[in-house]
Amino acid sequence: MPQDAIFSKEIKPHKTRAVSDGLPCSSLRARKLGAEKMKILIKIGLLMGLGLLFIKAHAGDFATLSHSLAKSDYSQKNRIIDELAALDDDRTLVIFKALIEGNLYLRKSDQTVVVGRDSREGVELTDVLTGQPLEVVGIRALEKVRINNSVRGKLRTVIASLQLSAKNSDIRRQSARDLIKSPQPELRNLIATAYEKEESSSVKSEMAMALAMVDIESEDVKLRREAIDILASSYSSEALGILERFGEKDGAGNYKEAEGNIGKLAAEGAERVRHRMEVMRFIENLFFGISLGSVLLLAAIGLAITFGVMGVINMAHGEMIMLGAYTTFAVQQLFPNWIEASIIIAIPMAFLVSGCVGILIERTVIRHLYGRPLETLLATFGISLFLQQLVRTYNSNNVPVITPDWMSGFYQVNGALSLTYNRLYIILFSLMVLGLLAILLRKTLLGLQMRAATQNRAMANSMGIKSSWVDALTFGLGSGIAGMAGVALSQITNVGPNMGQGFIIDSFMVVVFGGVGNLLGTFFAAMGLGIVNKFLEPYAGAVLGKIFVLIFIILFIQWRPRGLFALKGRFVTD
Amino acid sequence: MNDQKVQSILYLNGVTKTFDGFRAINNLSLDIRPGELRAIIGPNGAGKSTMMDIITGKTKPDEGEVKFRDTIDLTKHDEADIANMGIGRKFQKPTVIESLSVWDNLELALAGNRGVFQTLFFRLSKTQYDRVDEILQLVGLKDRRDEIARNLSHGQKQWLEIGMLIIQDPELLLVDEPAAGMTDYETMETAKLLKSISENHSVIVVEHDMDFIRALDTKVTVLHEGSVLAEGTLDVVSTNPRVIEVYLGR
Amino acid sequence: MTHKPLIQQLLTNDTASRWLFVALLALGIGVPFLNLVVPPDSVFHVPTYMVTLLGKYLCFAILALALDLIWGYCGILSLGHGAFFALGGYAMGMYLMRQIGDRGVYGNPVLPDFMVFLNWQELPWYWLGFDNFGLALLMVFLAPGLLAFLFGWLAFRSRVTGVYLSIITQALTYALMLAFFRNDMGFGGNNGLTDFKDILGFNLQADSTRIVLFLATVIVLALAYVLCQYITRSKAGRVLISIRDAESRTRFIGYRVEHYKLFVFILSALIAGVAGALYVPQIGIINPSEFNPLNSIEIVIWVAIGGRGTLYGAVIGAVLVNYAKTTFTSGIFAEYWLFILGALFVITTIYLPRGVVGIMDGYLSRRKSRQDKSMAAASPQAGVATGGKQP
Repeated sequence: MPQDAIFSKEIKPHKTRAVSDGLPCSSLRARKLGAEKMKILIKIGLLMGLGLLFIKAHAGDFATLSHSLAKSDYSQKNRIIDELAALDDDRTLVIFKALIEGNLYLRKSDQTVVVGRDSREGVELTDVLTGQPLEVVGIRALEKVRINNSVRGKLRTVIASLQLSAKNSDIRRQSARDLIKSPQPELRNLIATAYEKEESSSVKSEMAMALAMVDIESEDVKLRREAIDILASSYSSEALGILERFGEKDGAGNYKEAEGNIGKLAAEGAERVRHRMEVMRFIENLFFGISLGSVLLLAAIGLAITFGVMGVINMAHGEMIMLGAYTTFAVQQLFPNWIEASIIIAIPMAFLVSGCVGILIERTVIRHLYGRPLETLLATFGISLFLQQLVRTYNSNNVPVITPDWMSGFYQVNGALSLTYNRLYIILFSLMVLGLLAILLRKTLLGLQMRAATQNRAMANSMGIKSSWVDALTFGLGSGIAGMAGVALSQITNVGPNMGQGFIIDSFMVVVFGGVGNLLGTFFAAMGLGIVNKFLEPYAGAVLGKIFVLIFIILFIQWRPRGLFALKGRFVTD
Repeated sequence: MNDQKVQSILYLNGVTKTFDGFRAINNLSLDIRPGELRAIIGPNGAGKSTMMDIITGKTKPDEGEVKFRDTIDLTKHDEADIANMGIGRKFQKPTVIESLSVWDNLELALAGNRGVFQTLFFRLSKTQYDRVDEILQLVGLKDRRDEIARNLSHGQKQWLEIGMLIIQDPELLLVDEPAAGMTDYETMETAKLLKSISENHSVIVVEHDMDFIRALDTKVTVLHEGSVLAEGTLDVVSTNPRVIEVYLGR
Repeated sequence: MTHKPLIQQLLTNDTASRWLFVALLALGIGVPFLNLVVPPDSVFHVPTYMVTLLGKYLCFAILALALDLIWGYCGILSLGHGAFFALGGYAMGMYLMRQIGDRGVYGNPVLPDFMVFLNWQELPWYWLGFDNFGLALLMVFLAPGLLAFLFGWLAFRSRVTGVYLSIITQALTYALMLAFFRNDMGFGGNNGLTDFKDILGFNLQADSTRIVLFLATVIVLALAYVLCQYITRSKAGRVLISIRDAESRTRFIGYRVEHYKLFVFILSALIAGVAGALYVPQIGIINPSEFNPLNSIEIVIWVAIGGRGTLYGAVIGAVLVNYAKTTFTSGIFAEYWLFILGALFVITTIYLPRGVVGIMDGYLSRRKSRQDKSMAAASPQAGVATGGKQP
């Protein structure tokens, strides 16, 4: 019954589409024409007739055809494949792919056509007609639909043609990429036609590449040169590979492909691709470096305030980050339906949570310890132990923080470079936080009072600034920013009781390296360390790279004991 | 102690020091003769402290020469070197070692070898003991010898620091505002003490207190915006129209 | 006064130190007696695990002494002192590792198990000679000493002070931890060095060996204490205090601050290294987590809680905190230990800047206020007394 319902629903659009595309002819003409030619004919809709449509609607509906495909012998299969292909049904691709990969089965019990995927428990079945997952069965309950080489070749062509002419541009793009990876000269005309018809420029260039991958092996020197030109302008490692192959030299130092200067051109083209890919790798490293730098910046920026502006060594800073990350988790737990917005909600929440905890710490502990930086270090370390244990008592394991869809995935710049969204957003976010903070410190009354109180407490007091409240708010601000950092960091690292520990040393390094009390210094230090770290990694490995960076900072401090951007002046005392 | 051949105990020529664009010292020249007592006055920010910092090696000048006993280039040495060569300094704010006793403060400053191993195996000799005792007497802290320096009054700290300066036995003493926070009587006593010290040492005194300067009765240098504005006896400089303008005109 | 024996001279006017020595003497005689002579079923018997535990506390006390020397007296807060402890421990561990010989799991007569596991063919050059106890002992001093020299020479010469110094010492031990975690460093990676069999031919599991190691620890602690006492009471000790209180003033008097700092820093590193070397054979393992910055901060806790700037304060702090740790981490309080430790930290820094010793001192000085002026020798709040100045 349900199948019937689906039929009636499906058939109607088939009919109307069939009319407009002129598909009905294909089943009759296809056998006479070559495979590629047939597809061209389909696509340009050369033949069309109502009578033929009638035949098709009867003999060739998807359910019947797929069933007969499974039951038929090899010679019949080729014909049925053509008929199926002519249906212009999205399900045909599924069935063809399953067939070529050997995953198409008949269920013995009721002769349903199913796609099976191997899993630990057995074979997971999917109904070809409905796309619905079925039960998991043992392999004995199934009968595999077998194919031979002739059918396989046929399938390959048909799949490529279906994909290249698919309505969804992503499918066309993917198909072009597949063809770049494994060029198939026999599909050349098919690709060429698809290329002519293609409207999306990005897909078109991929198709040009796919064509070039074939053309470079052709007889026609002119065509080969053009192909080399196209390949040489690409970012793909496949293009590089094939260009290198054609640009090889023999033992005597001459190009193996001497005719028409092809060898030399290919070698030069390979050089161009290699250079371009190197540039892309550099950009990618730079991007990773900047994104690591942004993480460092986010982690350190709150510390730059508590340590840099107030002179308080807040060892619990990492725990402020942790609280921010847990706030994100809590928001997602409280509003499970708003995952997409959870990060946006969590940012102000985390600011408030960590900020309030920070103010509490300042009011109860730190205010007793001003002017004794080493003591603040010890006391806040105690607080850090306390907060860690508090969270651990709740749950000693890492908690799962969900990444919203808009933050996952990546932006593909070109064949050799893709930028992940979460890192992109973190870079933007860290810059935003830095910018807002700079504005806050420079343009607002609170910022002015903060700077006044930290530079000359007695004077600020005598001018009516309640320095104790300014201190509390400053500390709260630094902690709150750490909390916001925690929201961002929850997207790229594990969230657990110990997560703060991982950031504290790095944060201190950044602040000290940049020069205490200097936001710009913190920015440059974070970016510099992030980039250096990422560029060292390929040569030294992650751990050794990190060790080198630490040693570098230790040595750097000897050279400039007050950091990159030290405050100078005769009032700076030691 | 003073070598007869030495022309100037301290000679500054064209010294300039800039902090972030602010010229603390601007083409400053100064010449102190052996055995001279020199008073330096100047409004706040005239560069007095920076000048002291440069002489004692805490700050390196951007340009200019700073010579000690004609030949020694002080810009090439650090604080400890310069102190051991024979330049002692008393700070504006009295800085004694707060958690050590009066006696220990003086013993630390006592002239002698300052190496780690020398102090590690140091034993006070009879003459050294007498010397410390003598200075205690001089600065009037004999009955407080075991007192922790933190517990001294402000004036007593000033005197202790002067005592530490004397016991170092330097050739040149730099004394920054010795009379600050003292009573009139103490101020006059300090002036007397400095005058007696200057009989066999060279002394530079920086001070605001005009009565104190008058009591010193010596050559005065007026600093303004990092360079010398006027030089001469107090009577001469105090009638100098530019000095009057600087002090009164704003 | 100068004619009195050194020990007596050093303990003059120092009731607390005298009591400490009495306690050490009692431990040194009592523990071996109660462990070896008194039968196991007696209530007075001290089981061997207790001897090891006490030995551990005393090793930590030596370490605390080392930190107090630089922090309490010279104001250098090292947040990486665990590194020197660990280096001393690794030097000893390498010797013990070579002593295993072919009794390891893989039975290789030369290569330690972990090297066989990593398919190494021969001993790395820096492992050569560690089968010799003398050389291992030399390395116990040399490894921490050289690192301290190198680091201190650079840092003090460029006048890196205060929190900056603290933070880069932390970076130092962090970098070392990352390095020692690497397998190809050749120090056993993650697992470190363990499964030791014997030391100088004596079985490490034997009670008698344990007792000897314990006694060695007591003696080293006593010697280290006397050494530190001598230094802090010499004129050099007063220079250290003046560096702590007024560094730039000390320079203007003519002392080479960097030399003093370097001297005391190296000495402190050596003491820490020896503590590590005594710790490893008793505990039976050394691994990279000893380099963890948290461990180094914990040393600071001991000294802070005991009372910095007094040598006996450091010893008391180390023993007290570690005793508390053993008690609380094993019982029903296990979950609360970190709460307790955290709270201890906060309370000590705010309300007890002079630590436990401060309370004791306050109590003692109320009882006999006249004699006690000199007792609080050199603590930051109390200052140093002048005992022994009259000729």
